[in-house]
Amino acid sequence: MTQILFHNINKKDLHTLAVYEKEGGYKGLKKAFAKEPDEIVEMVKASGLRGRGGAGFPTGLKWSFLAKDVFPRYLCCNADESEPGTCKDRELLQKNPHLLIEGMILCSYACKIETVYIYLRGEFYDLCEIMETALEEAYAKGYLGKNILGSGLNLDIHTHLGAGAYICGEESALLNSLEGGRGEPRMKPPFPAVQGLYAQPTVINNVETLCVVPYIVNNGAEKHAAIGTEKSKGTKLVSVSGHVKKPGNYEVVLGTPIREIIYDLAGGIRDDNKLKAFIPGGSSVPMLPADKVDTPYDYESLQAAGTMLGSGALIVMDHTVNVVEISLRLASFYMHESCGKCTPCREGTRWMWQILQQIQTGKGEASYVDKLLDICDNISFKCFCPLGDAAVAPVISGIENFRADYDELIEKMAANTAV
Amino acid sequence: MFVFSEEDEKQIEKILNRYPEEQKRSALLPLLTLVQRREKHVSADAMRDIGRRLDLSPAYVQSVCSFYTMYSATPVGKYLILFCINISCQLNGCDELLAHTAKKLNIEIGGTTEDMKFTLHREECLAACSGAPMMRINDTFYENLTSDRIDQILGSLD
Ligand SMILES: Cc1cc2nc3c(=O)[nH]c(=O)nc-3n(C[C@H](O)[C@H](O)[C@H](O)COP(=O)(O)O)c2cc1C
Ligand code: SF4
Ligand code: FES
Repeated sequence: MTQILFHNINKKDLHTLAVYEKEGGYKGLKKAFAKEPDEIVEMVKASGLRGRGGAGFPTGLKWSFLAKDVFPRYLCCNADESEPGTCKDRELLQKNPHLLIEGMILCSYACKIETVYIYLRGEFYDLCEIMETALEEAYAKGYLGKNILGSGLNLDIHTHLGAGAYICGEESALLNSLEGGRGEPRMKPPFPAVQGLYAQPTVINNVETLCVVPYIVNNGAEKHAAIGTEKSKGTKLVSVSGHVKKPGNYEVVLGTPIREIIYDLAGGIRDDNKLKAFIPGGSSVPMLPADKVDTPYDYESLQAAGTMLGSGALIVMDHTVNVVEISLRLASFYMHESCGKCTPCREGTRWMWQILQQIQTGKGEASYVDKLLDICDNISFKCFCPLGDAAVAPVISGIENFRADYDELIEKMAANTAV
Repeated sequence: MFVFSEEDEKQIEKILNRYPEEQKRSALLPLLTLVQRREKHVSADAMRDIGRRLDLSPAYVQSVCSFYTMYSATPVGKYLILFCINISCQLNGCDELLAHTAKKLNIEIGGTTEDMKFTLHREECLAACSGAPMMRINDTFYENLTSDRIDQILGSLD
Protein backbone atom coordinates (compact mmCIF):
# COMPACT_ATOMS: atom_id res chain seq x y z
CA MET A 1 0.00 0.00 0.00
CA THR A 2 1.41 3.39 -0.99
CA GLN A 3 2.25 5.59 1.95
CA ILE A 4 3.47 9.15 1.75
CA LEU A 5 3.19 10.30 5.35
CA PHE A 6 3.15 7.24 7.53
CA HIS A 7 5.67 4.87 5.91
CA ASN A 8 8.16 5.55 8.69
CA ILE A 9 5.94 7.17 11.33
CA ASN A 10 6.82 4.69 14.06
CA LYS A 11 10.58 4.85 13.43
CA LYS A 12 12.35 5.38 16.74
CA ASP A 13 13.27 9.02 17.39
CA LEU A 14 11.88 10.21 14.07
CA HIS A 15 11.08 13.48 15.83
CA THR A 16 14.80 14.26 16.04
CA LEU A 17 16.59 16.05 13.24
CA ALA A 18 19.28 13.34 13.04
CA VAL A 19 16.83 10.51 12.39
CA TYR A 20 14.62 12.61 10.15
CA GLU A 21 17.65 13.43 7.96
CA LYS A 22 18.78 9.81 7.94
CA GLU A 23 15.34 8.99 6.58
CA GLY A 24 15.97 11.36 3.68
CA GLY A 25 14.51 14.43 5.36
CA TYR A 26 15.21 18.01 4.25
CA LYS A 27 16.39 16.77 0.82
CA GLY A 28 13.46 18.67 -0.67
CA LEU A 29 15.02 22.01 0.14
CA LYS A 30 17.98 21.80 -2.28
CA LYS A 31 15.68 20.45 -4.98
CA ALA A 32 13.25 23.29 -4.49
CA PHE A 33 15.90 26.01 -4.29
CA ALA A 34 17.24 24.91 -7.69
CA LYS A 35 13.88 25.92 -9.15
CA GLU A 36 12.01 29.20 -9.35
CA PRO A 37 9.35 29.69 -6.64
CA ASP A 38 6.57 29.75 -9.24
CA GLU A 39 7.68 26.36 -10.54
CA ILE A 40 7.01 24.90 -7.10
CA VAL A 41 3.53 26.41 -7.08
CA GLU A 42 2.90 24.88 -10.52
CA MET A 43 4.20 21.56 -9.27
CA VAL A 44 1.83 21.52 -6.34
CA LYS A 45 -1.01 22.47 -8.69
CA ALA A 46 -0.13 19.64 -11.06
CA SER A 47 0.13 17.16 -8.17
CA GLY A 48 -3.60 17.47 -7.55
CA LEU A 49 -3.09 17.96 -3.81
CA ARG A 50 -6.21 19.22 -2.06
CA GLY A 51 -6.44 20.70 1.43
CA ARG A 52 -6.69 18.07 4.16
CA GLY A 53 -8.19 20.37 6.80
CA GLY A 54 -11.79 19.93 5.78
CA ALA A 55 -12.73 21.97 2.74
CA GLY A 56 -10.55 20.10 0.21
CA PHE A 57 -9.55 23.20 -1.72
CA PRO A 58 -6.76 22.65 -4.30
CA THR A 59 -3.53 23.66 -2.56
CA GLY A 60 -1.49 24.92 -5.50
CA LEU A 61 -4.40 27.03 -6.66
CA LYS A 62 -4.73 28.57 -3.20
CA TRP A 63 -1.04 29.51 -3.27
CA SER A 64 -1.41 31.07 -6.72
CA PHE A 65 -4.20 33.36 -5.46
CA LEU A 66 -1.85 35.39 -3.25
CA ALA A 67 -2.10 39.08 -4.08
CA LYS A 68 0.63 39.85 -6.60
CA ASP A 69 3.69 41.71 -5.40
CA VAL A 70 2.29 42.52 -1.97
CA PHE A 71 4.70 41.84 0.89
CA PRO A 72 5.16 40.75 3.61
CA ARG A 73 3.13 37.59 3.20
CA TYR A 74 2.39 35.06 5.89
CA LEU A 75 1.83 31.35 6.22
CA CYS A 76 -0.39 30.10 9.02
CA CYS A 77 -0.28 26.40 9.64
CA ASN A 78 -3.61 25.25 11.00
CA ALA A 79 -2.83 22.89 13.87
CA ASP A 80 -6.07 23.57 15.71
CA GLU A 81 -7.36 20.03 15.10
CA SER A 82 -10.66 20.09 16.94
CA GLU A 83 -13.16 18.51 14.57
CA PRO A 84 -14.68 15.71 16.66
CA GLY A 85 -13.28 12.36 15.56
CA THR A 86 -10.06 13.79 14.14
CA CYS A 87 -6.67 12.97 15.65
CA LYS A 88 -4.29 12.67 12.70
CA ASP A 89 -2.50 16.03 12.93
CA ARG A 90 -1.70 15.24 16.54
CA GLU A 91 0.15 12.09 15.47
CA LEU A 92 2.08 13.94 12.75
CA LEU A 93 3.06 16.76 15.11
CA GLN A 94 4.07 14.38 17.83
CA LYS A 95 6.06 11.90 15.80
CA ASN A 96 7.28 13.83 12.76
CA PRO A 97 7.58 17.57 13.47
CA HIS A 98 10.43 18.01 10.98
CA LEU A 99 8.25 16.81 8.12
CA LEU A 100 5.90 19.68 8.84
CA ILE A 101 8.80 22.12 9.14
CA GLU A 102 10.15 20.98 5.76
CA GLY A 103 6.69 21.39 4.26
CA MET A 104 6.38 24.88 5.69
CA ILE A 105 9.81 25.87 4.34
CA LEU A 106 8.87 24.63 0.87
CA CYS A 107 5.56 26.48 0.93
CA SER A 108 7.32 29.64 2.12
CA TYR A 109 9.88 29.43 -0.67
CA ALA A 110 7.17 28.88 -3.26
CA CYS A 111 5.04 31.74 -1.96
CA LYS A 112 7.85 34.14 -0.98
CA ILE A 113 6.90 34.11 2.66
CA GLU A 114 9.29 35.07 5.44
CA THR A 115 7.19 34.49 8.54
CA VAL A 116 5.17 31.46 9.55
CA TYR A 117 2.90 30.94 12.55
CA ILE A 118 1.84 27.48 13.60
CA TYR A 119 -1.51 27.94 15.33
CA LEU A 120 -1.85 25.02 17.73
CA ARG A 121 -4.95 24.45 19.80
CA GLY A 122 -4.27 25.39 23.41
CA GLU A 123 -4.60 21.80 24.59
CA PHE A 124 -1.58 20.84 22.45
CA TYR A 125 0.89 22.32 24.92
CA ASP A 126 2.91 19.10 24.87
CA LEU A 127 3.10 19.18 21.07
CA CYS A 128 4.08 22.83 21.13
CA GLU A 129 7.13 21.90 23.19
CA ILE A 130 8.03 19.12 20.76
CA MET A 131 7.65 21.58 17.91
CA GLU A 132 9.78 24.23 19.66
CA THR A 133 12.60 21.72 20.11
CA ALA A 134 12.39 20.67 16.47
CA LEU A 135 12.44 24.32 15.37
CA GLU A 136 15.55 24.97 17.45
CA GLU A 137 17.27 22.02 15.78
CA ALA A 138 16.30 23.31 12.35
CA TYR A 139 17.61 26.81 13.14
CA ALA A 140 20.89 25.38 14.42
CA LYS A 141 21.30 23.38 11.21
CA GLY A 142 20.65 26.44 9.03
CA TYR A 143 17.31 25.20 7.66
CA LEU A 144 15.65 28.23 9.19
CA GLY A 145 16.84 31.78 9.70
CA LYS A 146 18.70 33.97 7.25
CA ASN A 147 19.66 32.95 3.72
CA ILE A 148 18.75 29.29 4.10
CA LEU A 149 21.34 27.04 2.37
CA GLY A 150 22.44 30.04 0.33
CA SER A 151 19.05 30.30 -1.37
CA GLY A 152 18.40 33.86 -0.32
CA LEU A 153 15.31 32.71 1.57
CA ASN A 154 14.96 34.20 5.05
CA LEU A 155 12.43 32.40 7.17
CA ASP A 156 11.21 32.44 10.75
CA ILE A 157 8.71 29.95 12.10
CA HIS A 158 6.89 30.63 15.38
CA THR A 159 4.43 28.61 17.41
CA HIS A 160 1.24 30.21 18.72
CA LEU A 161 -1.12 28.48 21.12
CA GLY A 162 -4.88 29.02 21.10
CA ALA A 163 -6.91 28.75 24.26
CA GLY A 164 -9.86 26.46 23.71
CA ALA A 165 -12.40 27.32 21.01
CA TYR A 166 -13.39 25.00 18.16
CA ILE A 167 -14.26 27.90 15.89
CA CYS A 168 -10.60 29.02 15.84
CA GLY A 169 -9.98 26.17 13.39
CA GLU A 170 -12.01 28.12 10.85
CA GLU A 171 -9.36 30.04 8.98
CA SER A 172 -10.62 33.60 9.40
CA ALA A 173 -11.44 33.05 13.08
CA LEU A 174 -7.93 31.65 13.42
CA LEU A 175 -6.55 34.90 12.05
CA ASN A 176 -8.57 36.99 14.50
CA SER A 177 -7.39 34.80 17.32
CA LEU A 178 -3.79 35.05 16.18
CA GLU A 179 -4.17 38.82 16.14
CA GLY A 180 -5.16 38.74 19.79
CA GLY A 181 -8.91 38.95 19.32
CA ARG A 182 -11.99 36.89 19.98
CA GLY A 183 -12.09 33.93 17.62
CA GLU A 184 -14.97 35.13 15.49
CA PRO A 185 -14.99 34.50 11.75
CA ARG A 186 -14.42 37.35 9.30
CA MET A 187 -16.42 38.39 6.29
CA LYS A 188 -15.11 36.85 3.04
CA PRO A 189 -14.13 38.34 0.66
CA PRO A 190 -11.52 39.57 1.15
CA PHE A 191 -10.05 36.09 1.26
CA PRO A 192 -6.91 35.50 3.32
CA ALA A 193 -4.83 35.20 0.14
CA VAL A 194 -5.54 38.88 -0.43
CA GLN A 195 -6.00 40.21 3.11
CA GLY A 196 -5.21 37.75 5.82
CA LEU A 197 -3.00 38.08 8.87
CA TYR A 198 -2.40 41.77 9.67
CA ALA A 199 -4.31 42.49 6.43
CA GLN A 200 -1.43 41.02 4.40
CA PRO A 201 -1.63 38.16 1.87
CA THR A 202 -1.74 34.90 3.81
CA VAL A 203 -1.70 31.19 3.08
CA ILE A 204 -3.53 28.98 5.56
CA ASN A 205 -2.96 25.26 5.31
CA ASN A 206 -3.65 22.27 7.46
CA VAL A 207 -0.79 20.29 9.03
CA GLU A 208 -1.37 17.21 6.87
CA THR A 209 -1.56 19.27 3.67
CA LEU A 210 1.84 20.84 4.34
CA CYS A 211 3.31 17.47 5.26
CA VAL A 212 2.55 16.15 1.76
CA VAL A 213 4.53 18.92 0.04
CA PRO A 214 8.03 17.43 0.60
CA TYR A 215 6.90 14.23 -1.16
CA ILE A 216 5.74 16.22 -4.17
CA VAL A 217 8.94 18.25 -4.40
CA ASN A 218 11.12 15.15 -3.97
CA ASN A 219 9.26 12.83 -6.29
CA GLY A 220 7.61 15.14 -8.76
CA ALA A 221 4.02 16.15 -9.35
CA GLU A 222 3.32 13.21 -11.67
CA LYS A 223 4.26 10.67 -9.05
CA HIS A 224 1.73 12.18 -6.65
CA ALA A 225 -0.92 12.61 -9.31
CA ALA A 226 -0.58 8.92 -10.19
CA ILE A 227 -1.83 7.92 -6.74
CA GLY A 228 -5.55 7.86 -6.04
CA THR A 229 -8.51 8.49 -8.32
CA GLU A 230 -9.30 10.82 -11.18
CA LYS A 231 -10.29 13.71 -8.92
CA SER A 232 -8.80 12.72 -5.58
CA LYS A 233 -5.05 12.52 -5.74
CA GLY A 234 -2.70 11.03 -3.23
CA THR A 235 -3.35 9.48 0.14
CA LYS A 236 -5.35 10.54 3.17
CA LEU A 237 -4.82 10.00 6.85
CA VAL A 238 -8.04 8.59 8.21
CA SER A 239 -8.72 8.74 11.94
CA VAL A 240 -10.85 5.69 12.64
CA SER A 241 -12.70 5.74 15.95
CA GLY A 242 -15.84 4.46 17.62
CA HIS A 243 -16.93 0.84 17.58
CA VAL A 244 -14.01 -0.77 15.78
CA LYS A 245 -11.57 -3.32 17.13
CA LYS A 246 -8.45 -1.40 16.17
CA PRO A 247 -9.09 2.34 16.21
CA GLY A 248 -6.22 4.45 14.95
CA ASN A 249 -4.90 6.71 12.21
CA TYR A 250 -4.48 4.90 8.91
CA GLU A 251 -3.03 6.24 5.70
CA VAL A 252 -5.06 5.09 2.73
CA VAL A 253 -4.87 5.74 -0.99
CA LEU A 254 -7.82 7.93 -1.93
CA GLY A 255 -10.50 5.73 -3.45
CA THR A 256 -10.05 2.84 -1.00
CA PRO A 257 -13.47 1.34 -0.18
CA ILE A 258 -14.68 2.27 3.29
CA ARG A 259 -15.36 -1.41 3.93
CA GLU A 260 -11.63 -2.08 3.65
CA ILE A 261 -10.80 0.70 6.10
CA ILE A 262 -13.29 -0.52 8.69
CA TYR A 263 -12.91 -4.27 8.30
CA ASP A 264 -9.30 -4.77 7.19
CA LEU A 265 -7.34 -1.88 8.66
CA ALA A 266 -9.42 -1.24 11.77
CA GLY A 267 -10.17 -4.91 12.40
CA GLY A 268 -13.96 -4.79 12.00
CA ILE A 269 -16.73 -3.96 14.43
CA ARG A 270 -16.23 -4.64 18.15
CA ASP A 271 -17.68 -7.90 19.43
CA ASP A 272 -18.42 -8.66 15.76
CA ASN A 273 -21.52 -6.55 16.10
CA LYS A 274 -23.45 -5.25 13.12
CA LEU A 275 -22.43 -1.96 11.55
CA LYS A 276 -25.24 0.57 11.80
CA ALA A 277 -23.86 3.88 10.61
CA PHE A 278 -20.68 5.81 10.06
CA ILE A 279 -19.62 9.42 9.75
CA PRO A 280 -16.90 9.59 7.10
CA GLY A 281 -15.34 13.02 7.60
CA GLY A 282 -15.68 14.30 11.14
CA SER A 283 -18.77 15.36 13.08
CA SER A 284 -19.56 18.19 10.65
CA VAL A 285 -20.52 15.95 7.74
CA PRO A 286 -23.69 13.88 7.24
CA MET A 287 -23.65 10.30 8.51
CA LEU A 288 -24.31 7.34 6.23
CA PRO A 289 -26.11 4.05 6.90
CA ALA A 290 -24.30 0.69 6.79
CA ASP A 291 -25.37 -0.09 3.23
CA LYS A 292 -23.07 2.70 1.99
CA VAL A 293 -20.00 0.91 3.32
CA ASP A 294 -18.72 0.11 -0.16
CA THR A 295 -18.40 3.78 -1.05
CA PRO A 296 -14.83 4.58 -2.11
CA TYR A 297 -13.11 6.93 0.31
CA ASP A 298 -12.50 9.95 -1.90
CA TYR A 299 -13.88 13.45 -2.37
CA GLU A 300 -16.16 12.78 -5.33
CA SER A 301 -17.62 9.44 -4.21
CA LEU A 302 -18.47 10.73 -0.76
CA GLN A 303 -20.05 13.80 -2.26
CA ALA A 304 -22.13 11.64 -4.59
CA ALA A 305 -23.23 9.66 -1.53
CA GLY A 306 -24.53 12.87 0.05
CA THR A 307 -21.73 13.54 2.48
CA MET A 308 -18.13 14.78 2.53
CA LEU A 309 -14.59 13.62 3.16
CA GLY A 310 -14.09 16.56 5.54
CA SER A 311 -11.16 16.18 7.89
CA GLY A 312 -10.84 12.44 7.31
CA ALA A 313 -12.35 11.24 10.59
CA LEU A 314 -14.26 7.99 10.16
CA ILE A 315 -16.53 7.49 13.17
CA VAL A 316 -18.03 4.01 13.28
CA MET A 317 -21.24 3.04 15.10
CA ASP A 318 -22.61 -0.43 15.68
CA HIS A 319 -26.24 -1.56 16.03
CA THR A 320 -26.40 -0.78 19.75
CA VAL A 321 -26.44 2.95 19.06
CA ASN A 322 -29.57 5.06 19.00
CA VAL A 323 -28.84 7.90 16.60
CA VAL A 324 -30.73 10.44 18.75
CA GLU A 325 -28.12 10.02 21.46
CA ILE A 326 -25.33 10.80 19.00
CA SER A 327 -27.11 13.74 17.44
CA LEU A 328 -27.87 15.15 20.88
CA ARG A 329 -24.21 14.94 21.91
CA LEU A 330 -23.10 16.68 18.75
CA ALA A 331 -25.86 19.30 19.06
CA SER A 332 -24.55 20.07 22.52
CA PHE A 333 -21.05 20.43 21.04
CA TYR A 334 -22.12 22.91 18.36
CA MET A 335 -24.23 24.89 20.81
CA HIS A 336 -21.22 25.13 23.08
CA GLU A 337 -18.87 26.10 20.25
CA SER A 338 -21.09 28.58 18.41
CA CYS A 339 -19.20 31.85 18.62
CA GLY A 340 -22.44 33.78 18.98
CA LYS A 341 -21.79 36.22 16.17
CA CYS A 342 -24.86 35.39 14.09
CA THR A 343 -28.38 34.59 15.22
CA PRO A 344 -29.39 31.47 13.26
CA CYS A 345 -26.42 29.59 14.66
CA ARG A 346 -26.38 31.05 18.16
CA GLU A 347 -30.12 30.53 18.76
CA GLY A 348 -30.71 27.64 16.38
CA THR A 349 -28.08 25.35 17.90
CA ARG A 350 -29.67 25.91 21.32
CA TRP A 351 -33.16 25.11 20.07
CA MET A 352 -31.92 21.97 18.34
CA TRP A 353 -30.26 20.85 21.52
CA GLN A 354 -33.37 21.54 23.60
CA ILE A 355 -35.66 19.52 21.34
CA LEU A 356 -33.21 16.63 21.05
CA GLN A 357 -32.82 16.65 24.82
CA GLN A 358 -36.61 16.39 25.19
CA ILE A 359 -36.80 13.49 22.76
CA GLN A 360 -33.86 11.69 24.34
CA THR A 361 -35.32 11.98 27.84
CA GLY A 362 -38.71 10.67 26.76
CA LYS A 363 -40.53 13.98 26.65
CA GLY A 364 -40.79 14.15 22.89
CA GLU A 365 -43.94 14.47 20.83
CA ALA A 366 -44.62 13.32 17.30
CA SER A 367 -44.40 16.86 15.94
CA TYR A 368 -40.88 17.40 17.32
CA VAL A 369 -39.06 15.74 14.46
CA ASP A 370 -40.61 18.08 11.93
CA LYS A 371 -39.87 20.98 14.21
CA LEU A 372 -36.24 19.91 14.28
CA LEU A 373 -36.11 19.75 10.51
CA ASP A 374 -37.70 23.18 10.34
CA ILE A 375 -35.03 24.63 12.64
CA CYS A 376 -32.31 22.97 10.56
CA ASP A 377 -33.81 24.57 7.50
CA ASN A 378 -33.57 27.95 9.19
CA ILE A 379 -29.90 27.41 9.96
CA SER A 380 -28.72 25.83 6.69
CA PHE A 381 -27.01 28.32 4.40
CA LYS A 382 -28.19 31.21 6.56
CA CYS A 383 -25.18 31.51 8.80
CA PHE A 384 -22.14 33.71 8.69
CA CYS A 385 -19.69 30.80 8.63
CA PRO A 386 -19.86 27.05 7.90
CA LEU A 387 -20.26 26.07 11.57
CA GLY A 388 -24.02 26.47 11.27
CA ASP A 389 -24.21 24.06 8.34
CA ALA A 390 -21.95 21.69 10.22
CA ALA A 391 -24.29 21.73 13.22
CA VAL A 392 -27.30 20.56 11.22
CA ALA A 393 -25.45 17.77 9.35
CA PRO A 394 -25.71 15.08 12.05
CA VAL A 395 -29.32 16.00 12.79
CA ILE A 396 -30.68 16.02 9.25
CA SER A 397 -28.77 12.92 8.16
CA GLY A 398 -29.77 11.16 11.37
CA ILE A 399 -33.45 11.82 10.74
CA GLU A 400 -33.24 10.97 7.04
CA ASN A 401 -31.54 7.64 7.60
CA PHE A 402 -32.73 6.61 11.04
CA ARG A 403 -36.15 8.12 11.58
CA ALA A 404 -37.12 4.89 13.35
CA ASP A 405 -34.72 5.76 16.20
CA TYR A 406 -36.63 8.99 16.79
CA ASP A 407 -40.03 7.33 16.47
CA GLU A 408 -39.02 4.64 18.90
CA LEU A 409 -38.19 7.14 21.63
CA ILE A 410 -41.28 9.23 20.95
CA GLU A 411 -43.61 6.22 20.84
CA LYS A 412 -42.20 4.95 24.09
CA MET A 413 -43.18 8.27 25.55
CA ALA A 414 -46.68 8.12 24.07
CA ALA A 415 -47.14 4.58 25.42
CA ASN A 416 -46.04 5.72 28.88
CA THR A 417 -48.50 8.61 28.98
CA ALA A 418 -51.31 6.40 27.71
CA VAL A 419 -50.83 4.21 30.78
CA MET B 1 -1.47 43.08 43.26
CA PHE B 2 -0.34 40.95 40.36
CA VAL B 3 3.35 40.92 39.40
CA PHE B 4 5.20 38.92 36.80
CA SER B 5 8.36 37.19 38.00
CA GLU B 6 11.78 37.80 36.51
CA GLU B 7 11.51 34.45 34.77
CA ASP B 8 8.17 35.54 33.29
CA GLU B 9 9.67 38.78 32.04
CA LYS B 10 12.20 36.84 29.98
CA GLN B 11 9.43 34.68 28.61
CA ILE B 12 7.35 37.77 27.79
CA GLU B 13 10.21 39.33 25.88
CA LYS B 14 10.57 36.14 23.86
CA ILE B 15 6.86 36.09 23.13
CA LEU B 16 6.77 39.73 22.03
CA ASN B 17 9.66 39.10 19.65
CA ARG B 18 7.54 36.69 17.63
CA TYR B 19 5.23 39.38 16.32
CA PRO B 20 5.82 42.53 14.29
CA GLU B 21 6.51 45.56 16.51
CA GLU B 22 3.19 47.22 15.67
CA GLN B 23 1.20 44.01 16.16
CA LYS B 24 1.99 43.25 19.75
CA ARG B 25 -1.71 42.63 20.43
CA SER B 26 -0.94 39.16 19.04
CA ALA B 27 0.84 38.44 22.30
CA LEU B 28 -2.44 38.66 24.22
CA LEU B 29 -3.32 34.95 24.24
CA PRO B 30 0.23 33.82 25.01
CA LEU B 31 0.42 36.24 27.96
CA LEU B 32 -2.97 35.19 29.30
CA THR B 33 -1.82 31.58 28.97
CA LEU B 34 1.33 32.36 30.93
CA VAL B 35 -0.76 33.73 33.78
CA GLN B 36 -3.36 30.96 33.67
CA ARG B 37 -0.67 28.30 33.85
CA ARG B 38 1.11 29.88 36.78
CA GLU B 39 -1.76 31.28 38.82
CA LYS B 40 -4.37 28.67 37.80
CA HIS B 41 -6.68 31.54 36.89
CA VAL B 42 -6.55 35.00 35.33
CA SER B 43 -7.42 37.79 37.76
CA ALA B 44 -8.70 41.25 36.81
CA ASP B 45 -5.40 42.56 38.12
CA ALA B 46 -3.39 40.39 35.77
CA MET B 47 -5.61 41.43 32.87
CA ARG B 48 -4.94 45.08 33.65
CA ASP B 49 -1.19 44.48 33.73
CA ILE B 50 -1.27 42.63 30.42
CA GLY B 51 -3.44 45.35 28.93
CA ARG B 52 -0.94 48.02 29.94
CA ARG B 53 1.91 46.14 28.31
CA LEU B 54 0.04 45.67 25.05
CA ASP B 55 -1.76 49.04 25.01
CA LEU B 56 -5.15 47.40 25.36
CA SER B 57 -8.04 48.53 27.55
CA PRO B 58 -9.10 46.31 30.46
CA ALA B 59 -12.51 45.90 28.82
CA TYR B 60 -10.91 44.63 25.62
CA VAL B 61 -8.70 42.15 27.45
CA GLN B 62 -11.70 40.94 29.44
CA SER B 63 -13.79 40.45 26.30
CA VAL B 64 -11.08 38.34 24.67
CA CYS B 65 -10.28 36.42 27.83
CA SER B 66 -13.91 35.44 28.35
CA PHE B 67 -14.18 34.04 24.82
CA TYR B 68 -11.74 31.20 25.46
CA THR B 69 -12.54 28.26 27.69
CA MET B 70 -8.98 27.67 28.89
CA TYR B 71 -8.92 30.86 30.97
CA SER B 72 -10.76 30.78 34.26
CA ALA B 73 -11.84 33.63 36.49
CA THR B 74 -11.46 31.61 39.70
CA PRO B 75 -8.55 29.28 40.50
CA VAL B 76 -8.70 25.68 39.31
CA GLY B 77 -7.09 22.84 41.21
CA LYS B 78 -3.45 21.78 40.99
CA TYR B 79 -4.56 19.06 38.59
CA LEU B 80 -7.09 20.10 35.99
CA ILE B 81 -8.86 17.05 34.60
CA LEU B 82 -10.50 17.57 31.22
CA PHE B 83 -12.66 14.59 30.46
CA CYS B 84 -13.64 14.25 26.82
CA ILE B 85 -17.35 13.58 26.35
CA ASN B 86 -17.53 13.99 22.58
CA ILE B 87 -18.69 11.40 20.09
CA SER B 88 -15.82 8.90 19.89
CA CYS B 89 -15.44 8.90 23.64
CA GLN B 90 -19.23 8.70 24.09
CA LEU B 91 -19.28 5.60 21.89
CA ASN B 92 -16.63 4.11 24.14
CA GLY B 93 -18.35 4.64 27.45
CA CYS B 94 -16.96 7.95 28.70
CA ASP B 95 -20.17 8.88 30.52
CA GLU B 96 -19.86 6.08 33.07
CA LEU B 97 -16.15 6.77 33.50
CA LEU B 98 -16.73 10.46 34.04
CA ALA B 99 -19.37 9.67 36.66
CA HIS B 100 -16.93 7.25 38.25
CA THR B 101 -14.23 9.93 38.37
CA ALA B 102 -16.56 12.48 39.95
CA LYS B 103 -17.62 9.97 42.55
CA LYS B 104 -14.06 8.96 43.27
CA LEU B 105 -13.09 12.60 43.82
CA ASN B 106 -16.33 13.26 45.63
CA ILE B 107 -17.10 16.39 43.59
CA GLU B 108 -19.63 17.53 41.03
CA ILE B 109 -18.58 17.71 37.42
CA GLY B 110 -17.22 21.22 37.05
CA GLY B 111 -16.15 21.32 40.68
CA THR B 112 -12.87 21.39 42.60
CA THR B 113 -11.88 19.29 45.59
CA GLU B 114 -11.70 21.18 48.88
CA ASP B 115 -7.93 20.77 49.10
CA MET B 116 -7.67 22.44 45.65
CA LYS B 117 -5.95 19.36 44.28
CA PHE B 118 -8.36 18.35 41.51
CA THR B 119 -10.77 20.17 39.23
CA LEU B 120 -12.94 18.06 36.96
CA HIS B 121 -14.42 19.38 33.71
CA ARG B 122 -16.33 17.91 30.82
CA GLU B 123 -14.38 18.66 27.66
CA GLU B 124 -15.12 18.56 23.95
CA CYS B 125 -13.03 16.44 21.58
CA LEU B 126 -9.32 16.65 22.42
CA ALA B 127 -8.00 15.05 19.22
CA ALA B 128 -7.20 11.68 20.72
CA CYS B 129 -10.34 9.95 19.43
CA SER B 130 -8.66 6.70 18.44
CA GLY B 131 -7.58 6.38 22.07
CA ALA B 132 -11.09 6.91 23.40
CA PRO B 133 -12.14 7.18 26.14
CA MET B 134 -9.58 9.72 27.18
CA MET B 135 -8.84 12.60 29.52
CA ARG B 136 -6.20 15.25 29.79
CA ILE B 137 -4.69 16.09 33.17
CA ASN B 138 -2.71 19.33 32.98
CA ASP B 139 -0.54 18.74 29.88
CA THR B 140 -0.73 14.96 29.76
CA PHE B 141 -3.15 12.89 27.68
CA TYR B 142 -4.39 9.61 29.14
CA GLU B 143 -6.03 7.31 26.60
CA ASN B 144 -7.88 3.99 26.57
CA LEU B 145 -9.23 4.61 30.04
CA THR B 146 -10.92 2.09 32.31
CA SER B 147 -12.15 2.74 35.82
CA ASP B 148 -9.16 0.86 37.22
CA ARG B 149 -6.76 2.93 35.18
CA ILE B 150 -8.41 6.13 36.30
CA ASP B 151 -8.08 5.09 39.95
CA GLN B 152 -4.45 4.27 39.37
CA ILE B 153 -3.73 7.58 37.60
CA LEU B 154 -5.47 9.68 40.23
CA GLY B 155 -3.65 7.78 42.95
CA SER B 156 -0.28 8.43 41.36
CA LEU B 157 -0.65 12.22 41.42
CA ASP B 158 0.52 14.00 44.54
C1 LIG C 1 -15.89 25.45 12.14
C2 LIG C 1 -14.65 25.09 11.38
C3 LIG C 1 -13.60 24.46 12.03
C4 LIG C 1 -12.43 24.12 11.35
N1 LIG C 1 -11.43 23.50 12.03
C5 LIG C 1 -10.28 23.20 11.38
C6 LIG C 1 -9.20 22.58 12.07
O1 LIG C 1 -9.28 22.31 13.28
N2 LIG C 1 -8.07 22.31 11.38
C7 LIG C 1 -7.94 22.61 10.04
O2 LIG C 1 -6.90 22.36 9.47
N3 LIG C 1 -8.95 23.18 9.36
C8 LIG C 1 -10.11 23.49 9.99
N4 LIG C 1 -11.12 24.10 9.30
C9 LIG C 1 -10.90 24.44 7.87
C10 LIG C 1 -10.17 25.76 7.71
O3 LIG C 1 -11.12 26.81 7.69
C11 LIG C 1 -9.39 25.82 6.39
O4 LIG C 1 -10.22 25.46 5.35
C12 LIG C 1 -8.16 24.94 6.35
O5 LIG C 1 -7.35 25.13 7.46
C13 LIG C 1 -7.38 25.22 5.10
O6 LIG C 1 -6.28 24.37 4.98
P1 LIG C 1 -6.21 23.24 3.86
O7 LIG C 1 -6.58 23.89 2.56
O8 LIG C 1 -4.81 22.78 3.89
O9 LIG C 1 -7.19 22.20 4.25
C14 LIG C 1 -12.31 24.43 9.97
C15 LIG C 1 -13.37 25.05 9.32
C16 LIG C 1 -14.53 25.37 10.00
C17 LIG C 1 -15.64 26.04 9.27
S1 SF4 D 1 -22.27 30.37 12.13
FE1 SF4 D 1 -21.98 30.15 14.38
S2 SF4 D 1 -19.77 30.03 14.65
FE2 SF4 D 1 -20.13 30.86 12.57
S3 SF4 D 1 -20.15 33.08 12.82
FE3 SF4 D 1 -22.28 32.43 13.08
S4 SF4 D 1 -22.48 32.16 15.33
FE4 SF4 D 1 -20.28 32.19 14.88
S1 FES E 1 -14.03 12.43 20.85
FE1 FES E 1 -12.89 12.22 22.68
S2 FES E 1 -10.90 12.77 22.01
FE2 FES E 1 -12.06 13.06 20.21
